[in-house]
Amino acid sequence: MSAALTVRPGFRPGRWIAIILALGWIGLVIGLPVALVFVQAFSKGVETFAATFAEPDAWAAIRLTLLVAAIAVPLNAAFGIAAAWALTKFEFRGKSLLLALIDLPLSLSPVVAGLVWVLVFGARGWFGPMLDVAGVKIIFALPGIVLGTVLVTAPLVARELIPLMSAQGADEELAAITLGAGGWTVFGRVTLPNIRWALLHGVLLCNARAMGEFGAVSVLSGKIRGLTETLPLHVEALYNDYDFVGAFAAAALLAGLALVTLALKTLLERLGRGETPQTGEA
Amino acid sequence: MALIIESIVKQFGRFPALNGVSLEARDGEFLALLGPSGSGKTTLLRVLAGLERPDQGRVLFNDQDFLALPTRQRGVGLVFQHYALFRHMTVADNIAFGLSVRPARARPPKAAIKARVEELLALAQIEGLGGRYPAQLSGGQRQRVAVARALAVEPRLLLLDEPFGALDAKVRKELRGELRRIHDAAGVTTILVTHDQEEAMALSDRVALMNKGRIEQLGTPDELDRAPRSPFAFEFLGECNRLACEVSGGVARTDGFAAPVLGSSPGDGQGVVLFRPHDTRLHAGAGTQGLPVRVVKVVGRGAARTVECQALSGERFNAELSEQQAGQFEPGQRARLTAERVMVDFPAVRASRPAPVANLRAATL
Repeated sequence: MSAALTVRPGFRPGRWIAIILALGWIGLVIGLPVALVFVQAFSKGVETFAATFAEPDAWAAIRLTLLVAAIAVPLNAAFGIAAAWALTKFEFRGKSLLLALIDLPLSLSPVVAGLVWVLVFGARGWFGPMLDVAGVKIIFALPGIVLGTVLVTAPLVARELIPLMSAQGADEELAAITLGAGGWTVFGRVTLPNIRWALLHGVLLCNARAMGEFGAVSVLSGKIRGLTETLPLHVEALYNDYDFVGAFAAAALLAGLALVTLALKTLLERLGRGETPQTGEA
Repeated sequence: MALIIESIVKQFGRFPALNGVSLEARDGEFLALLGPSGSGKTTLLRVLAGLERPDQGRVLFNDQDFLALPTRQRGVGLVFQHYALFRHMTVADNIAFGLSVRPARARPPKAAIKARVEELLALAQIEGLGGRYPAQLSGGQRQRVAVARALAVEPRLLLLDEPFGALDAKVRKELRGELRRIHDAAGVTTILVTHDQEEAMALSDRVALMNKGRIEQLGTPDELDRAPRSPFAFEFLGECNRLACEVSGGVARTDGFAAPVLGSSPGDGQGVVLFRPHDTRLHAGAGTQGLPVRVVKVVGRGAARTVECQALSGERFNAELSEQQAGQFEPGQRARLTAERVMVDFPAVRASRPAPVANLRAATL
């Protein structure tokens, strides 16, 4: 059975051409640029690299980026769980519409996602005058940056959970209820353990995207140095100032984040395979 | 009566899943809900478990209004067709779940829960598997865990939804006997949903045969076997031969075939008679009594034989005969066919006016 399915050894020119093409392409468009970022960042030595982060503006950008992610990621994790729960455990009207809407931010340009909030909360937006009177600042301030990031990263957790939860069905939850468990107990002891690795996976992707978001944040932040500038915006600002080593140093930090995310993601996928066995027929 | 179900009605959109079902179960009884898919048996079970809310009707359990209680307070043990074991918990944790989620004041101490788990592992004959995960068990073992988990909370009512549906035939037969033994040991009122008539007949004290959201017939397996009250019951409960006949005065006749029809007032007209292979007789030699047939094939081993034969008009029949009787027949040979215990159906009438006739039949029989 398995002998028929495995590729027989021997000279297969097509196979080698395919592998070389694939590796070459990935190396050229992904590997090389990422490597160049690090090369450029350290081109004037480690001290120059470190000096970039001694700047108070750079520290402010890192702190703001972490703060935005710390607000946006939990919000989207909560929303993702709620949406996946509703979409997979219940039947209701408008379900397919909600499913389609969840995916919308993925196909929407982040700039548009930023402009949407300007339209709602901007000085000439729907609630602009009202907010102005109340003295609440949303656009060109932290709330605006968070809103833009939340909108762009909204689908990431939900999309990880929906396929898994719909494959698992609602029977385990129903069994728990008949055994006397209340709603939160069912969630905490049955649902959450069954989705924990997929949830972490989603949170990780959401976090990476939130920290790296440029388009929406660029529209909403106003780019005030040391105040409303996130790390990706800081990279652009340094670059525009012809501070290439600084720009690449900050970029290297973002690229490093991506590599750590990738490593954790791979680890989680392995854990997820071991911990959520199929309940298929034995 | 421990459980009293009164005129339950449940619609799904325009599909009537339950059409006024009334049923009672005695304390400690093993009752089967038997029927084809779409007959409403699973919906009724879900109503009892509190997973489905009926549109009308009442359910009383020991004089308590069952429908007013939320699922978690009903004290029912539900066993699912696909087990629904908690996949991230060990077998022992699965069984302990119902006890461990109780509020602190009602929760037994840890040692007591552990002892109860051991007791249930022994009852379900899966000692030593407590440390395994569901994925490491066979289908039959998983179902034993599911039953043990449901029994851990000492339910007042045990509900089984096609519990053997996902198992192969051999394991199914083995578990059937086990389940009855566990039921007798636990003494809990049990309701089994199944589409397998053999399973229902072998396991239960009484069987409620369901069809189109109604109870077609309720009785002991023996009563259902001896006296099915409708053509549906007759056909569902066993293999049938069918023959078009003219019915008048309680006797079905066609081409030499004549048999008294079961039931007090079966009606007159063109109908179809149904009879079991083991109530079918074949006669060799000359004579006028019986439907002329030709033997097609003789199959079977041991003491019982099935003789397949065909009438001139093309209908085929199976006759279950003893080895000795069947010995008289060979393929191609002519014979005459008679039958005992014949049930008549009037499909033409039923097809043109389905609902009212079904009501009328239920009322008259």
